[in-house]
Amino acid sequence: MADLSYVRTQMVPQQDPPITETGAIKWARENLFSGVTNSVLTLLALYFLYQVLHEVIPWLFFSTWNANSLAECREIAEGGCWAVIRERWPQLVFGFYPSEYYWRPVLTFVLMLVALAPVLFNGLPRRMVWFSALFPFLAFWLLWGGSLWLPVAVIAGFALAAMSVIYLPALTGTLLATIVAFIAPVLWWLFLAAPVASILQAILPLAIEPIESAKFGGFMLSVTIGITGISLSLPIGILLALGRQSNLIAVKAICVGFIEFIRGVPLITLLFVASTLLNYFLPPGTTFDIILRVMIMVTLFSSAYMAEVIRGGLSALPKGQYEAADALGLDYWKSMRLIIMPQALKITIPSIVSLFIGLFKDTTLVSIIGLLDPIGLSNAIRADQDWNGIVWELYGFIALMFWIFCFSMSRYSMYLERKLQTGHR
Amino acid sequence: MSQATERTIDRSQMQVSDEVAIQITGMNKWYGTFHVLRDIDLTVQRGERIVICGPSGSGKSTLIRCINALEEHQQGQIVVDGTLLSSDLKNIDKVRSEVGMVFQHFNLFPHLSILENCTLAPIWVRKTPKKEAEEIAMHYLTKVKIPEQALKYPGQLSGGQQQRVAIARSLCMQPRIMLFDEPTSALDPEMIKEVLDTMIELAEEGMTMLCVTHEMGFAQAVANRVIFMDDGQIVEQNEPKEFFKNPKSDRTKLFLSQILGH
Ligand SMILES: Nc1ncnc2c1ncn2[C@@H]1O[C@H](COP(=O)(O)OP(=O)(O)O)[C@@H](O)[C@H]1O
Ligand SMILES: [Mg+2]
Repeated sequence: MADLSYVRTQMVPQQDPPITETGAIKWARENLFSGVTNSVLTLLALYFLYQVLHEVIPWLFFSTWNANSLAECREIAEGGCWAVIRERWPQLVFGFYPSEYYWRPVLTFVLMLVALAPVLFNGLPRRMVWFSALFPFLAFWLLWGGSLWLPVAVIAGFALAAMSVIYLPALTGTLLATIVAFIAPVLWWLFLAAPVASILQAILPLAIEPIESAKFGGFMLSVTIGITGISLSLPIGILLALGRQSNLIAVKAICVGFIEFIRGVPLITLLFVASTLLNYFLPPGTTFDIILRVMIMVTLFSSAYMAEVIRGGLSALPKGQYEAADALGLDYWKSMRLIIMPQALKITIPSIVSLFIGLFKDTTLVSIIGLLDPIGLSNAIRADQDWNGIVWELYGFIALMFWIFCFSMSRYSMYLERKLQTGHR
Repeated sequence: MSQATERTIDRSQMQVSDEVAIQITGMNKWYGTFHVLRDIDLTVQRGERIVICGPSGSGKSTLIRCINALEEHQQGQIVVDGTLLSSDLKNIDKVRSEVGMVFQHFNLFPHLSILENCTLAPIWVRKTPKKEAEEIAMHYLTKVKIPEQALKYPGQLSGGQQQRVAIARSLCMQPRIMLFDEPTSALDPEMIKEVLDTMIELAEEGMTMLCVTHEMGFAQAVANRVIFMDDGQIVEQNEPKEFFKNPKSDRTKLFLSQILGH
């Protein structure tokens, strides 16, 4: 029988780990050479990286910014020819927007950042949200110009809706008030807003130089369409997702029909409809701005996808959440807003942001219906005889710009996920 | 199975008044073609503590969920606190804000802190000012003995603590009736007691309570009536002593012999 008792007589002091277990050596061993397959892949990757950098670094290093044509570039330097970016920079950013009014889109962009801040980050004064709500109208006015009274008249429509919701229920009951809140502003916008705006303009002229849509282009156009689509498709998508779950058959049928129709049609088709077909349906003589039409189509398109993503989040929530909200006496809209949506949106953040990124990149499709977004412009630039034949620099630059926007969105979504994660399971 | 409570129970406040809190007459309910509740007649006086037991699937949950209109009934009448439950949403909202409900799986809102869980309904339904709502919430959180967890999130609490928060959350609406649907069934044995103690305290304060539970110790200690359900019907009801000692129906006897584990 072995003796089972044992008593330690001397305690072992703390020692440093062996050298192969610390620092870079340990890291490389664990991450790069942990087995035969891993080592082979590491070596292959290194070789590939070497080959790529071998080509790219000299191309970047021996490039030039100073030339007036591709031919001149090639004489000066054997690498990249960035001169095209330098020469066409204003065009790539603003399209054919008159250069003396560049300050308007620039100001709009800065104001957009201010308007986005309270929406994206908390900790800022809550009152800033009012500015965010007004921003779309301000942006519209700054970009397109014209009378200030037009956006004011449009806002008045929303005020009309808000007033019907606040004051009417006491007089007419909730249902009628809701219907009025939808119909009154639409009638106002269709028949009264424009005349009222022109009367006000006649009384008190407040206008800046109008710029027509044909002059819009470049990244300004992409961002305008992209941001509009993003900020409208989320609320519309939420409403569609809720509508799809509704007990009201009519609401449900409309939402399902809309979602399935839009998802069954390519975006390009919708854009062609916007650019050509729509004219046949509108009364002759009406000019319905092409950028506005494109914005509507892009928004409808991504709303349908958004609705499905959010529906996924909704069905992932346990039934108990709905029941607890009901049992506390919260009505439908309050329980959606306070209990259901915050949770459904939280679990769908990654998919929602993927959709946003996809939408933003899809704005380049407008080049096909002749709008001059960066891709549309790049075709024009390459057709110019000075820059005929330039490919990598132009598309590389456009890709980089898109990448910056999309990467920021992706990082923001990760930040948001982490922030909402705190303290949760 | 029965969790005996060691403490002596103060019955001074446990008065059953003549006032009717809940009146159910001739109520029937179907799920599709399945007749889940059959001819339910039940009158609950204010201050009564009723324990409902019965085999799984006998319709206990469905019955108490009908009382705050989480489920719709198709026949008969349910009157809660003088309000007739119909498809009228106003009545439903009124009843729901008068009746607290505690679920088997707590159903706390995971994206809100404990305090926010408790203040949400008072602020949005009762329009209580935020500060006042927080004071009320802290009062009830203290009562269920977890005021120090107020700023944590539900996911950080144990099951027993979560269930006590759920009770506090219901109490913050200052309900006149509390419904419990197997509040301890999802809990580990050592946490059952803390939840039962909270419920006993409520009973001592004279709250009208309907509890679906298999905690027979609790039934004996605080209930003034035990209802046995089977097959969607009320099979037997009696005061707890008689109910456990002299069950009349065979179904009850069988059920009791199974649940008391012999
Ligand atoms: N939503 C539902 N749809 C159809 N049948 C249901 C539904 N909920 C419960 N049931 C059925 O109704 C019966 C009673 O359920 P329940 O009230 O939950 O029983 P208990 O709580 O007594 O275990 C069970 O047979 C159950 O399968
Ligand atoms: Mg049950």
